[in-house]
Amino acid sequence: MIRPKDMTKKERRQIPRQLMTERHPKQRNKYFDEVTLGYSLKEAQLEAARCIQCKDPQCIVGCPVSIDIPGFLEMIIDHKLEDAIGKVWESTALPAVCGRVCPQEIQCEAVCVVGKKAGREPVGIGNLEMFIADWARSNGVKNKVEIAPKTGRKVAVVGSGPAGVTVAGDLAIKGHDVTVFEAFHKAGGVLLYGIPEFRLSKDIVDYEIEGLRELGVKIECNSVIGRTYDIDELLDEYGYDAVFIGVGAGLPNFLNIPGEDLTGVFSANEYLTRANLMKAFDFPHYDTPIIPGKKVAILGAGNVAMDAARTALRLGAKSVKIIYRRSREEMPSRHIEIHHAEEEGVEFELLTSPLEFIGSSEGRLAGISCERMELGEPDEGGRRRPVPIKDSQFFIDCDLAIIAIGTKANPLLTNVTEGLELNEWGNIKADPKTGKTTKDRVWAGGDITLGQATVILAMGMGRDAANSIDEYLKSLGKKGKNEKN
Amino acid sequence: MGTFKNHDTIILNEIEAPQIAKKALPGQFVILKANEMGERIPLTMADVDKKKGTITIIYMIVGKSTRLFSTLEVGEGFQDVVGPLGSPTHIEKRGTIVCVGGGTGTAVLHPITRGNFEAGNNVITILGARSRDYLILEEKMAAVSHEMKICTDDGSKGIHGFVTDALKEILDTQKVDEVIAIGPVPMMKFVSKLTKEYGVPTQVSLNPIMIDGTGMCGGCRVTIGGKTKFACVDGPEFDGHQVDYDNLINRLTAYRHEEERSEECMFEDENI
Ligand SMILES: Cc1cc2nc3c(=O)[nH]c(=O)nc-3n(C[C@H](O)[C@H](O)[C@H](O)COP(=O)(O)OP(=O)(O)OC[C@H]3O[C@@H](n4cnc5c(N)ncnc54)[C@H](O)[C@@H]3O)c2cc1C
Ligand SMILES: Cc1cc2nc3c(=O)[nH]c(=O)nc-3n(C[C@H](O)[C@H](O)[C@H](O)COP(=O)(O)OP(=O)(O)OC[C@H]3O[C@@H](n4cnc5c(N)ncnc54)[C@H](O)[C@@H]3O)c2cc1C
Ligand code: FES
Repeated sequence: MIRPKDMTKKERRQIPRQLMTERHPKQRNKYFDEVTLGYSLKEAQLEAARCIQCKDPQCIVGCPVSIDIPGFLEMIIDHKLEDAIGKVWESTALPAVCGRVCPQEIQCEAVCVVGKKAGREPVGIGNLEMFIADWARSNGVKNKVEIAPKTGRKVAVVGSGPAGVTVAGDLAIKGHDVTVFEAFHKAGGVLLYGIPEFRLSKDIVDYEIEGLRELGVKIECNSVIGRTYDIDELLDEYGYDAVFIGVGAGLPNFLNIPGEDLTGVFSANEYLTRANLMKAFDFPHYDTPIIPGKKVAILGAGNVAMDAARTALRLGAKSVKIIYRRSREEMPSRHIEIHHAEEEGVEFELLTSPLEFIGSSEGRLAGISCERMELGEPDEGGRRRPVPIKDSQFFIDCDLAIIAIGTKANPLLTNVTEGLELNEWGNIKADPKTGKTTKDRVWAGGDITLGQATVILAMGMGRDAANSIDEYLKSLGKKGKNEKN
Repeated sequence: MGTFKNHDTIILNEIEAPQIAKKALPGQFVILKANEMGERIPLTMADVDKKKGTITIIYMIVGKSTRLFSTLEVGEGFQDVVGPLGSPTHIEKRGTIVCVGGGTGTAVLHPITRGNFEAGNNVITILGARSRDYLILEEKMAAVSHEMKICTDDGSKGIHGFVTDALKEILDTQKVDEVIAIGPVPMMKFVSKLTKEYGVPTQVSLNPIMIDGTGMCGGCRVTIGGKTKFACVDGPEFDGHQVDYDNLINRLTAYRHEEERSEECMFEDENI
């Protein structure tokens, strides 16, 4: 076979999209190992060769952090893998994560010209990003960055999710003394406690956090800012010159329907935290228990709902149903997650809305009373509004229900911090270009400013904020002798 | 960390945690995790020494994690301690306050009682336990109370009867401005029922199952006056007359089977 390198443009165009090897759905739904196994080098080179290296690459525009996609793809074809990963690292610190969880189908791959032709699929950019990042990790190739001379300036980063991790890494490279404060006993944010092992191996998250430590970043877990420390205490007593707030949007929404307090009804946050962070799937080896559930109902149809559904299957559920009040087209989850969930045996009760959780005589969940919906007129967002169908009530039998209808800003920190302006949903107001908040010396980014968004947007905001913080710290000049530490 | 075993099922640990001690207020709690595999367990700070930078926890061995905690020797540490969590108790001068403690609830009650005593209230304390062997902190409580009554279920010390009997006697004979009741859920339920009849405001401290203690999981939700509240941030103290106790009792048993299994496995491991 000719090497992709030597192929003509026409030959390149005829290569079909390379599918990543995946574990078999009926086996993988019993354990937590990662579903996708990634490309081989040959598959990666073939896939990269599908890129026609167009003059005006829209994929770069579609990428929230503007990765030079055609650039790193060409390097994969040329087998310059170290250069390729170097190129990716210029724009993102967490490619192994982004390659796996970014919604490429609405970003870079949505605008790829290769996919514009009828019957053709876009280049598998996410798969290739995952490939190159995994290659670097398994070959011990590290981001060779030069750390600038110590500036003596101290920065506190609150929260260790993708936003915080990006800020911390960027500022450490610029020579600042960075400490990350994390409320949980382990760093990683949603990547650790929310997104399950089978979609994003926790080894990857740990590896990235370790990389942060190698850059000299200090990580203080078990530190709830707003309780253990206050922002003003960090600034005025402990001598931090700037603070970045990246605490995510961690407060779970509930449905506010009767019976929600029955045992057996969980928020997705609780269920996933038990399973992922506390490793309840390995109970009683690990001490934290989880109710496995035989018949499980999931309320909602986003990424979080899919993760909860597939986790429940792996914990031994006989049946798992996604209950969603609109139709399939409106499901907010990534398509690949819906596809994977369906393959593994998750069922969908669409155009269905829950009315009440019904308890057994012992006060445990026995089922959900629901009603059927139909789609009516479009709402402000342009999505057709679901309206109940008269006399369509029916009962869904279940012993476990997981509510995955979104999260909002947690007021724990913002309630006790003076001078931080919030918007009407309780998110911190921050300049979209710099992340600067209304409070002196304080920046913010990620889900706490955007509402529940994505990993890549959180990282992008983190990078902008890091640049703005760096500029500010430089403007302070060299650390004066009579300044406090 | 210092340990002294007051009674074989009630344990006191003093833990070095200067930053938590610096910020701690009466009524707040910490979450502890013994080791890598451990569960996150909430316990109230029964005492705080800001100078020494230590906090004190007092707990009853009721299952795997508290048993594991009790095996930690002096000098060994908990892998994780986080806090202070929860809203502090609102303490002010109100007049006469009756503090009712049951079992290890007394440990939770102690800093609150002291706070009320120091704020200039007339403090009457009632301590209840199964028997004299289960009574804790008698002297410390007496030191911050103007009057103290003891009740035991078996009559081995003090009044032979429940705390509600002693409380009723007080309510019948004098004006009480507030009752604070902390102990087993049924005790708080019956105290609240009684004080409602007398129209006396009552604070209770709830102990639902928790994970994060920061409001991100909703596992600790309790029903207060028909509304859902998160005990870890909105509480743990609530208006006793508004609490749905039966719901709380129900939610506390969610993992009964798993908890038994966890402790059994612990004993099996020890036998190997
Ligand atoms: C189950 C699930 C699946 C998802 N799937 C995807 C996906 O496939 N693709 C995608 O792009 N996005 C996905 N998302 C969304 C994505 O994970 C978030 O948008 C992203 O993690 C936000 O990053 P962040 O840094 O703003 O905050 P987070 O990742 O939420 O991290 C915030 C951190 O701050 C800590 N913290 C909170 N309060 C405090 C405090 N007071 N003091 C100290 N620390 C504090 C938290 O413990 C946490 O570790 C998913 C989310 C969930 C929950
Ligand atoms: C805010 C708060 C303050 C508390 N303060 C004290 C205290 O000062 N002294 C004291 O002795 N106890 C206190 N408790 C109760 C204590 O947390 C539980 O006894 C402990 O978690 C039991 O764990 P275990 O593994 O030993 O027992 P398990 O066998 O796991 O459980 C025994 C019982 O404890 C409860 N429980 C189990 N796991 C948790 C959890 N993660 N969170 C809360 N409750 C749980 C359940 O009702 C269960 O039935 C407090 C609880 C809360 C919520
Ligand atoms: S313990 Fe998780 S919200 Fe209260």
